[in-house]
Amino acid sequence: MIKVNEKDIPFKDGMTLIQLRKKHKPDADIMVYNGFPVVKDITLNDQDQVCFIRRGEIPKAEEMKQLMISRHSPEIYEKIENKCIGIAGAGGLGSSLAIALARLSVGKLVIVDFDVVEPSNLNRQQYFIDQIGMFKVDALKAGLEKVNPFLDVETVNQKLDADNIGDTFKGCDVIAECFDNPESKSIIVEFVLSEFKKPVVAVSGIAGFENIHELTCRNPMKNFYLIGDGVTAAAPGMGLMAPKVGIAAHMQAGKILELLLKM
Amino acid sequence: MDIVLNGEGMVIDDGFVITDLLEKLNQDSKRVVVELNQNIVGKSDYSEVQINDGDSFEIIQFVPGG
Repeated sequence: MIKVNEKDIPFKDGMTLIQLRKKHKPDADIMVYNGFPVVKDITLNDQDQVCFIRRGEIPKAEEMKQLMISRHSPEIYEKIENKCIGIAGAGGLGSSLAIALARLSVGKLVIVDFDVVEPSNLNRQQYFIDQIGMFKVDALKAGLEKVNPFLDVETVNQKLDADNIGDTFKGCDVIAECFDNPESKSIIVEFVLSEFKKPVVAVSGIAGFENIHELTCRNPMKNFYLIGDGVTAAAPGMGLMAPKVGIAAHMQAGKILELLLKM
Repeated sequence: MDIVLNGEGMVIDDGFVITDLLEKLNQDSKRVVVELNQNIVGKSDYSEVQINDGDSFEIIQFVPGG
C-alpha cells in the first residue's frame, strides 16, 4: 500500500510520483514525499507516503499536517504532535507564545486567563481592534483557529492560583509562565517546581526597548528556565513594548520546543 | 556562618531563617522562588527554616512585566 493524501492505494512496481499526481490530484503544485517536499519525479516504494497539495487552496486537516511535517521534518513533528503546553496568562507573552506554538503544530495548548482585551493591550499583544472587550482566551482562540484550525486549544477563563493550577495543567508536559505580576509568577513557578516536577519556562525582566542583547535563557534550578534580563521591571517610564516582549515569548517557544524534543 | 548564594560565597549571622536572609538581600518574599540545597522551599516555610553553615541557595526574584 501507498498512502496518498492519507488514503491507502495499492502499490504497483514501477509507480512514480508524477504518475500518481496525474491520477489523484493533477492540479497539485506541491508534492510531499515521506515528509519532504520534492520537485523531481521519484520511483515509489511500498509503504511510501505522498501528499499532493494545490497552492492557494485551503488545505484539509491531513494536507495541513503533511505541509507541517515537510516544513519541520518528520522527526520533529512526531515528537510534538501529541504534546501539551500549559500557558499561564494570555497577555503580551502568552498570546505571542501561543501563536508560535500553534505555528509549530504543538498538539494541544491549555490557555488560562481571566482578563478582557483592552485598547492598551494592542501595543504588544496578539489581539485586534475588533476584539476589544472580548475575554482574552476567546479572542486568542479565534486567532489560533486562523493559524491552524486542526490543533486542540483548551481555554480556561479564570484567575490561576495555587488552588486550581494543579487541576488546570495536570495533563501538560511543559508549563509556560506568562503573567505580568511578579507575585503570580512566583506562585506558579514555585508550585510547578515543587508539586508538578515538570519543566516551567518563565520570564522576568523584559520592559523597555533597549539592550535586547541582554535577554538570555538561564537554567537556575532543576526544571526551571528563566528568560529575560532578570532586572528590567515594568514601571512608569519603562513600559512593555512589542519588540522585547515578542522576543521573550519566542525565546520561550524555542526553549519549549527544545525541551519537547528531548522528552 | 558561610553559605553559598546563587553560586557565590556569603557570610551571614548565626540563627538566620530564610525570612531574615531575604530581608538582608532586600528581596520581597512574595516575588521570589527559593531553592535550598536543590529543594524548593515553599513560602509558608520561610519563617521556619533555619539556615545552616554550608547551605547552598538559589534565589530568583521576579520583576513586573509580561
